[in-house]
Amino acid sequence: MYRWQSGLWRLIDPGPGWIFASLIHLFVQFLLCASGDAVHVYSTSTEERVHVLQGHVDLVTGLRLNSSNHLQVYSCSLDGTVKLWDFTDGILIKTYIVGHKIFSLYVSKFHEGTVFIILPMESKAFQLVALHLPKTTGPEVEARDILSVLRDVSPIPKATSFGRGGEFVASASGLQLSVYFFRKQKTYRFSLKANDKKGARNRFTCVASHPNDDCIATGHEDGKIRLWRNFSQKKEYTYSTEHWHHSAVNALHFTPEGTELLSGGVESVLVLWRYGAGSKKDFVPRLGSAIEHISVSPDGSLYCTSHKDNKIVVMKSSRDISAIIQGLVKGVTDLLIDPRTKALVCNGKPGHLQFFSLRHDKQLYNLDIVQQEYIHEAGLHQCEVTKAAIDAQGSWLATVEERQENPEELDIILKLWAYDESTQSFHLNTSISMAHEGQISAMCFSGDAEATMLVTTGRDGHFKAWLLADHPDAQGEGASWSCDYVGSYHRREPTRCCFSADGSLLAVGFGEVVTVWSPSTWELLVTFSQPPGDIRDLCFGRLSCSKYLLGTTTKNLLCCWNLLTCSLEWSSTVDVILLQPDPLSENMAAFSRASGSTDLFVFKPSEPRPLFSQKAVCSGTVRRAVFAPREEVLEGCDESTQWLSCSRLYFLTEHMELMTFSTKSEEDQIIASSKQLVIDDSVAVTPFYLLLGKHRKSQRETQDSVSSHTAARIQLPQGSPAIRELLHTPAHVLPSASFLCNMFVNSLLISKCREEEMGSEEEEEAEEQESEGEMEASVSAQGPAVQGFQTEPTPQLSKAQERELRKLQKADFSWLSSLLDS
Amino acid sequence: MASYKATRIPSFPRLGEKVTQDTLYWRNYKTPVQIKEFGAVTKIDFSPLSPHNYAVTASTRIHIYGPYSQEPVKSFTRFKDTAYSGTFRSDGQLLVAGSEEALIRLFDVSGRVALREYTGHSKAVHFTDFSADRFHILSGSDDYTCRLWDIPSSAEVSRYSEHTDYVRCGTPSRLNPDVFITGSYDHTVKVFDSRKERSVMTMDHGQPVESVLLFPSEGLLVSAGGRYVKVWDMLKGGQVLVSLKNHHKTVTCLCMSSTGQRLLSGSLDRHVKVYSTTTYKVVHNFDYAASILSIALAPNDDSIIAGMTNGVLSVKHKKHPEDRKMVGGTSRHRPAYRVFVKGKNYMPKQDDFLVRKREKAHLKQYDKELKRFQVSKALDSVLKPHVRLKTPEVTVAVIQELNRRGTLKNALAGRDEKGLSILLSFLIRNVVDSRFAPILLTVAEMVLDIYMKVVGQSAVVDKQILKLQELVEKEIDYQQELMEVLGMMDTLFATMTAKKEAAALCLVHFSTNHCISKLSKKIQKGG
Repeated sequence: MYRWQSGLWRLIDPGPGWIFASLIHLFVQFLLCASGDAVHVYSTSTEERVHVLQGHVDLVTGLRLNSSNHLQVYSCSLDGTVKLWDFTDGILIKTYIVGHKIFSLYVSKFHEGTVFIILPMESKAFQLVALHLPKTTGPEVEARDILSVLRDVSPIPKATSFGRGGEFVASASGLQLSVYFFRKQKTYRFSLKANDKKGARNRFTCVASHPNDDCIATGHEDGKIRLWRNFSQKKEYTYSTEHWHHSAVNALHFTPEGTELLSGGVESVLVLWRYGAGSKKDFVPRLGSAIEHISVSPDGSLYCTSHKDNKIVVMKSSRDISAIIQGLVKGVTDLLIDPRTKALVCNGKPGHLQFFSLRHDKQLYNLDIVQQEYIHEAGLHQCEVTKAAIDAQGSWLATVEERQENPEELDIILKLWAYDESTQSFHLNTSISMAHEGQISAMCFSGDAEATMLVTTGRDGHFKAWLLADHPDAQGEGASWSCDYVGSYHRREPTRCCFSADGSLLAVGFGEVVTVWSPSTWELLVTFSQPPGDIRDLCFGRLSCSKYLLGTTTKNLLCCWNLLTCSLEWSSTVDVILLQPDPLSENMAAFSRASGSTDLFVFKPSEPRPLFSQKAVCSGTVRRAVFAPREEVLEGCDESTQWLSCSRLYFLTEHMELMTFSTKSEEDQIIASSKQLVIDDSVAVTPFYLLLGKHRKSQRETQDSVSSHTAARIQLPQGSPAIRELLHTPAHVLPSASFLCNMFVNSLLISKCREEEMGSEEEEEAEEQESEGEMEASVSAQGPAVQGFQTEPTPQLSKAQERELRKLQKADFSWLSSLLDS
Repeated sequence: MASYKATRIPSFPRLGEKVTQDTLYWRNYKTPVQIKEFGAVTKIDFSPLSPHNYAVTASTRIHIYGPYSQEPVKSFTRFKDTAYSGTFRSDGQLLVAGSEEALIRLFDVSGRVALREYTGHSKAVHFTDFSADRFHILSGSDDYTCRLWDIPSSAEVSRYSEHTDYVRCGTPSRLNPDVFITGSYDHTVKVFDSRKERSVMTMDHGQPVESVLLFPSEGLLVSAGGRYVKVWDMLKGGQVLVSLKNHHKTVTCLCMSSTGQRLLSGSLDRHVKVYSTTTYKVVHNFDYAASILSIALAPNDDSIIAGMTNGVLSVKHKKHPEDRKMVGGTSRHRPAYRVFVKGKNYMPKQDDFLVRKREKAHLKQYDKELKRFQVSKALDSVLKPHVRLKTPEVTVAVIQELNRRGTLKNALAGRDEKGLSILLSFLIRNVVDSRFAPILLTVAEMVLDIYMKVVGQSAVVDKQILKLQELVEKEIDYQQELMEVLGMMDTLFATMTAKKEAAALCLVHFSTNHCISKLSKKIQKGG
């Protein structure tokens, strides 16, 4: 996952934030999902990632269970290899080198020792071939034994399906369905007309075969599902048509018993058709986003859908949703940092803002901004959140949503959300429709803590200041926001606005002119201009550099004006596409474009030399960037990493990758913690899980019912390994329950109180030395041992403790050591 | 998964005046009873005695009405010319009135013939009243004098001829029997003390004074004349405290509410304004059919009586809570309280396993239909009379939602004559409402597009379409005029610093205007 950059510097992307759930495979306990060049293994019960199967060097295109061993899985990739994995332990078993790009992979019970892969032919066509896997030992094997099965197939994995345990293979491409019978070694081809009088569009989108009946289900572009039967004859084949989806069927899947056919599409409704019961069907509606892929566990107890918004939903066959694995949703708004939770705020689900904890790599919650029923229909103009801003204290959030059907009709709603301490989330305070006559181009809060002010600039040539005001006439209503001032400058279009750190100055960029206003009197104080080139970004310097105003123009100029002398301090010709100030220091990050990639400079406005520069941090341009304050100041930074000491720079690239800078020491920590995570999460259903998991589930349900807006709460204490061991050890080897009780309760306490308790317990130990209560002493020794599991062990031992240890050595703790070792 | 999100009904800022405690109080009167008098009603005075009859002076008569009667309980008709200023004494036994014949007549309320006649004025007497000691009568006349008369002897006690124009109004002090105040057309208000030869205080109102009124504390004096109502501080030697200019024609009469908290002024501009006596802001406003000459409030504000130039006496009685019960009749039977708490007041014990029923979200009818994608039915459900008439914003919100879903055209199409006429009547009612105009103009355009073919088949629909066209044309003219006004205002505002209001206003009107003119073109094309 790490890309090395010039020794010390590297870019990481926040791990599970990206799922790219293109291919999923569901088992009862595990969920496998191909994401980029890796395969992720998730636990279906805890939603945590258990393993990452890394080894491919290009996009993983196929993922199938080994039909002879249920603990092994085949994966194929565009790098021309097929790999066999043990996914429960995350071990690569074998690599078969094919040497061509592989677009899809299938296995069938019927053909052991053979996998079917789709390879490109000459002239842009693809063929399905059988690949015989040689049984030679060794980690890497060349596999060249290829036998062509079907020509002219579609490279999409969903368009090919093996039926009746591998007796035949059905593949759809364009308007043609081909069925190949392995016994007869014969191919039947059935074609449909492209469209008919009623406006049907018959192009195939996906194929599924019934597991033990001669039936093939095909999905079509216009939402029809056809069930083909009797296809072993050329002429007398039949099909029946079902039509519920209003746009293309994206995914089709039969349950293992063949009793139900699952289908999904843009509507984001999972439709369960009862097989053989005509058009009888059930629905699981409002899954949130278009369904891309459907998978069913081999015993048929779990269904799983992957969605366009980087999400996998696991549901039981009773339609109850059991798990949601949600990654960072791709979005286009500003990246923001919520000052309270230190979470990254950006577009989430359509019409939502997501709060994504960067520390835990986990989505905290989604805030519903639009508050309208989302209609999943292709080609519909949706209401989109285009701008968002949070004030410095995190108590106000401003959002802009837009919906434009045609150039004349533009709906803009400016909403202001107040943070509610009691519910720990934002609540709508004021909604202003048509705040500007044109689109809102920029928005910012003043840094003034007493009187928070919001400034918006619109394409209508005005900028408006909004103030929170009490309306004594309106009874029963609290304070709401209203327009305080409307400003314009020579009928130019404002593009950028920015407040100085103390909120005493407002800079608004009008075309190529920067105007500086005093927000208290609304007086135009001074104008700066550096033609040619319009203002692209504006920001004031912070702390010791607060006398500077920085601006970038479209004509490759980075200017720094001195506000005291009202003159240009310095300027340089850099094509800066993004300028981002660090809120905690004087530093500024500037991203500049240079021949297909983006360079980064970090500088202080007062110093001519940049603090840090990095060529080609990523390919393409950088869309957004943000400085996220650290939890604690990073110690031991050398000169070149000093700028990273109190905040971290995150940036979003053109390809919607979120990247960040980190130091080497941090990197090691991350690797260490990820290893720890692996140990921790190989969880089976234990009694303890039942105890706490139930708790968690009910909590989640209530959260959902409160429209899923509640923030991350304090997590319940997780079962420590000691407890887990305790519960797994057979009862007859354990000491008496009254003895274990104290230990068990101690380990359930939350760590903070534990530390306090540790001190007091040590005192108790000293007192108990005389009494020589060996058993009690062993208990208190157990306590710190459990706590020490995650923190670093303290090497220093006092004399009293050493004496204690010696005493412990005499006692028989063989049962305990066996616990800790296993 | 996430539940269905109900259609959001936007809350629009309430148009018109804000509802305050005052508006609630002053609105709490029944529809007025109209009584026709023989001429302009110049004076209304309430008897201080319990049934609180009131004397109405109009033309050559003085009628006394009971509190709830529409026929006079008594009338004094012995005037040969117009009578003025019929006023009760504080014990309610005697009534004094001036007249055009320069006479002052004193009546016993129970009798018929005048007890005394006071002669001495040379011209019409417009103002008469009793002094606080009950033994004297004050009068003001068009001969520029005001006089003090002894009641039993009919003798003139003193005469003041300081005014230089008609004396038309006045009031005695209720606390001091010797002090009285007169207002005159010479723009002055004078305070006289019968123990002194000359006036003790003079205040210049600036306009011919039509009415004066003392506050119950008598520290403040109110005078009305021209378009102004002025409040004077007597204790500061007649300094003007506040000058109110809320009427656009001459203020003719003043009156104080029973608590002294509110001041009422009636004017020839047909309005009665209610002022708060603490802030001197207008807190309520009554409209009448004709110019108001006199106004009176019953003790406890039980009724408001206004006399007008056309001789109509308008009597508004206060609504009482008991009355409503009488009118309402039988109240609707609602389920008892225990129906709602049934099974919900059981407290689970410690070890009980609680199985909660999933709470069902209650959706409105239109949301239920929208959830099922039944667009036409959803639109039908919000076009029902009680929705479209009482809460048009709900109808508009659903139309907006349909438009967002891209199915508005489907929902509008396929209606029969009745359905179409309901839709058109809703449009006619609301299309020019600035809150709804943008979306309803789209609807109107769509309706015309869809039903262009059936124009001419139904007389009802054709009539409504023509009406819609007329309405839209009128609105365009109206907007055009507004734009002209704005242009004028802009030139005025150009010199001032506060430009923002005008600019914002201008933009709003421009956008609406633009949309409406587009629609009008469309209608002209079609019809």
